[in-house]
Amino acid sequence: MSAADLPDAETLVRRLLEQLREVIGPETALVGIRTGGAWLAERLHRELGIGVPLGTLDVSFYRDDYERRGLKTDVKPSEIPFDVEGRDILLIDDVLYTGRTIRAAVNELFDYGRPARIRLATLVDRGGRELPVAAAFVGAVISLPGGENINLERDAEGRFRLSVMRP
Amino acid sequence: MKIHIKNGRLVDPQNGVDAVRDLYVAAGKIAGVGSRPGGFTPNRVIDATGLVVCPGLVDLAARLREPGFEYKATLESEMRAAVAGGVTSLACPPDTDPPLDEPGLVEMLKYKAKILNQAHVYPVGALTQGLKGERLTEMAELRDAGCIAYSHADEPLTDTLVLMRALQYAATFGFSVWLRPEDAFLVRRGVAHDGEVAARLGLAGIPAVAETVALARILQLARETGARVHLCRVSSAEGVDMVRGAKERGLPVSCDVSINHVYLSEMDIGFFDSNAHLIPPLRTARDRDALREGLRSGTIDALCSDHTPVDDDAKQIPFGESEAGATGLELLLPLALKWAEECGVSLQQALAKVTHAPARIMGIDAGHLSPGATADVCVFDPDAWWRVEPGALLSQGKNTPFAGLEMRGQVRFTLVGGHIVFEA
Amino acid sequence: MQANPQLDKEGKLQHLLSIEGLPAPVLTQILDTAASFVGVTEREVKKVPLLRGKAIFNLFFEPSTRTRTTFEIAAKRLSADVVNLNISTSSQTKGESLLDTIDNLSAMHADMFIVRHAESGAPYLIARHLRPGIHVINAGDGRHAHPTQALLDMYTIRHYKKEFRDLRVAIVGDLLHSRVARSQVHALSILGVPEIRVVAPKTLLPAQVERLGVHVFHDMAEGLRDVDVVLMLRLQNERMQGALLPSAQEYFKYYGLTPDKLARARPDAIVMHPGPMNRGVEIDSAVADGPQSVILPQVTFGIAVRMAVMSILAGSSPPAAND
Repeated sequence: MSAADLPDAETLVRRLLEQLREVIGPETALVGIRTGGAWLAERLHRELGIGVPLGTLDVSFYRDDYERRGLKTDVKPSEIPFDVEGRDILLIDDVLYTGRTIRAAVNELFDYGRPARIRLATLVDRGGRELPVAAAFVGAVISLPGGENINLERDAEGRFRLSVMRP
Repeated sequence: MKIHIKNGRLVDPQNGVDAVRDLYVAAGKIAGVGSRPGGFTPNRVIDATGLVVCPGLVDLAARLREPGFEYKATLESEMRAAVAGGVTSLACPPDTDPPLDEPGLVEMLKYKAKILNQAHVYPVGALTQGLKGERLTEMAELRDAGCIAYSHADEPLTDTLVLMRALQYAATFGFSVWLRPEDAFLVRRGVAHDGEVAARLGLAGIPAVAETVALARILQLARETGARVHLCRVSSAEGVDMVRGAKERGLPVSCDVSINHVYLSEMDIGFFDSNAHLIPPLRTARDRDALREGLRSGTIDALCSDHTPVDDDAKQIPFGESEAGATGLELLLPLALKWAEECGVSLQQALAKVTHAPARIMGIDAGHLSPGATADVCVFDPDAWWRVEPGALLSQGKNTPFAGLEMRGQVRFTLVGGHIVFEA
Repeated sequence: MQANPQLDKEGKLQHLLSIEGLPAPVLTQILDTAASFVGVTEREVKKVPLLRGKAIFNLFFEPSTRTRTTFEIAAKRLSADVVNLNISTSSQTKGESLLDTIDNLSAMHADMFIVRHAESGAPYLIARHLRPGIHVINAGDGRHAHPTQALLDMYTIRHYKKEFRDLRVAIVGDLLHSRVARSQVHALSILGVPEIRVVAPKTLLPAQVERLGVHVFHDMAEGLRDVDVVLMLRLQNERMQGALLPSAQEYFKYYGLTPDKLARARPDAIVMHPGPMNRGVEIDSAVADGPQSVILPQVTFGIAVRMAVMSILAGSSPPAAND
């Protein structure tokens, strides 16, 4: 797939916003997964006017590929500025692929408390799942050959763009 | 056995010879130099074309570890190492277990060495009983048993009165006393030169003043008592200065340095390499340069191996707990040659430092190739390169800070008393 | 000469033996990672699964309950299995050698050794002896180094002062015998502190200490003038023997940190101490418990810093052969 075939990220954001507006309650919290998911969550949090402060996860300490890849050099602190116990949580990521990152994020969330519910929202679902993970809200479903990766970029004005990375 | 060594470059520093000359050996003696003695029919001819033929090396300090430390080395293993290194006469310090403080021990050592029929072994007797620094040994008896000098090895001799009495007594008989200048109080538990490296690595330091304070004491006592004093293993620039001053004032002292201290400095400790744990400690690059220059100018008379085989168990432990010392018999010749090359010193002058100069200090008739002399000869290839592989050394001590380095100069034949005891 | 075993050919940290020679980005990475772990230790569940299934051996040849405990807590918060071994040096000399001990423990599938030893350089010997993939953290060796202590000190300084590049830091006390001070000096200079001072009587300074890049002061009032950070060192009681110092009283009078001496430093200066403190010998209680003291936060940060070091090291194992 070439960059020209990729959907426009801004359109996908609007699509997601429409879906999420329907399901947001007053106690719903947004949690973005670094880095792309955190950018996206920041945007959604603002546009949806959510009252609960935004959470951010860096799942480095929960990844299952630590044995093979080690710790990445730029780990940032996770910030969950609300009580997770009994919370309705919307987990936000940019691209859903194997599901391993989501597994790590869910595990990390549980170390902050026992949420009432976690639902997953993602801008792109590119298939290739290796774990029983499904997103409740999706901007677009795309099929991509293994080995290629979709990447979310954010420019200086905060506009999103999708790109394809080949190894 | 008659041996004809032909076409070699004969270097005999004592006789001022450096020329291509044939050497003739018969009945254990040098039978002729340059011209064939009448009626000489060799049993063996050694073609020494391209090789250097020189007196067998004389080493002022080689620990053979017998008696008492046979797990570190044996007379047999170290004598093989000696002749492989071209060393045909060696002095062994008295710090065996028990120390060489009784005639019986000295006779036993001489006897065991003699039946091995390799290098000549010259024991250095203990200056005090048990090297405890309290009571004098029977020096005259020890001389009769075969001791050529008296020393305190690396054991502290803190009581100045005992040292003065020992020097007076030795002077009575004209005996030579070999002392390594070091103030025990300033050493304490020190394991490295008290400088930048020890500060960085957190190793307890031995300052250079530990040497100079002791040197001042020895030099004053030598002057006072008239004893013949030989200073062992000088290690600091200030120490070299003091020896030079003493010699200029006419004090009859001599001085040696080890091959380790001529090449290495405190930097070679690197990250706690226990092979660089030596006595005295490796000092600064400035000290090392002063030692090299002192050796060149003659302030330092002789170069020695300070051969100290240490077992692995005593080295494979933290630096500060490890036993000091390095193997050296097989490195004496190539390191003497390297010093000569790097300091622009002639081959003759370099070989003097490991042949007739140490022989003179020991008071033995060796280290030269005059007709009629005992035929102790070293034949070596001055251009052969070899790599120091600890496992390949013949000494039982494999510990050397020179491991892995390339050496130039390899022994081909060693003759002791006219017999070929080593051939490569 | 033997190479430094702490970095591999690609410059990746394999062991933490000394601060000396580490590139600034490696130190910064450790401090940044530690910041993430500080967040973890403030949560409901103070544990992450990173080192699940790893065996970490706390190998203390010199007793130190405090340091051993901080490493133990750090390892447990990373979900590692921790084995504590206190091996007195007297039993060592009687029985097996240091490397025999290490061989035995390696055979028990240790992944990491935390080593405290009374002899400088002992962790180097161990690190060189181990097969690749087993890591060593130096928890203090003789007078040589105590790298995790220095790192937690740097974390604390950064926490309160944000930047290193404009700071004036004074290290006060027994530098001669201090592994902490040696590691602090290296860490401060690698991180770009422009002025490092040491304050001590001449008997407590190593030879040529100025070659480490520090300014030497013998007068504490002068040495503390306008500094931003005061790093106090512990004075062992046995220093009163061996002619290093006449008495604890005289030492306290001239080199103990009292409120009036601290008044020479900048008003916002922070005071640190590696512990355990000798109150009334090197530090006055009024300072130790005073508003400028950050001695307790140091302890808290120490756990996060040790978690960071462990997780960076354990993650730099070579890939398995079938990977």
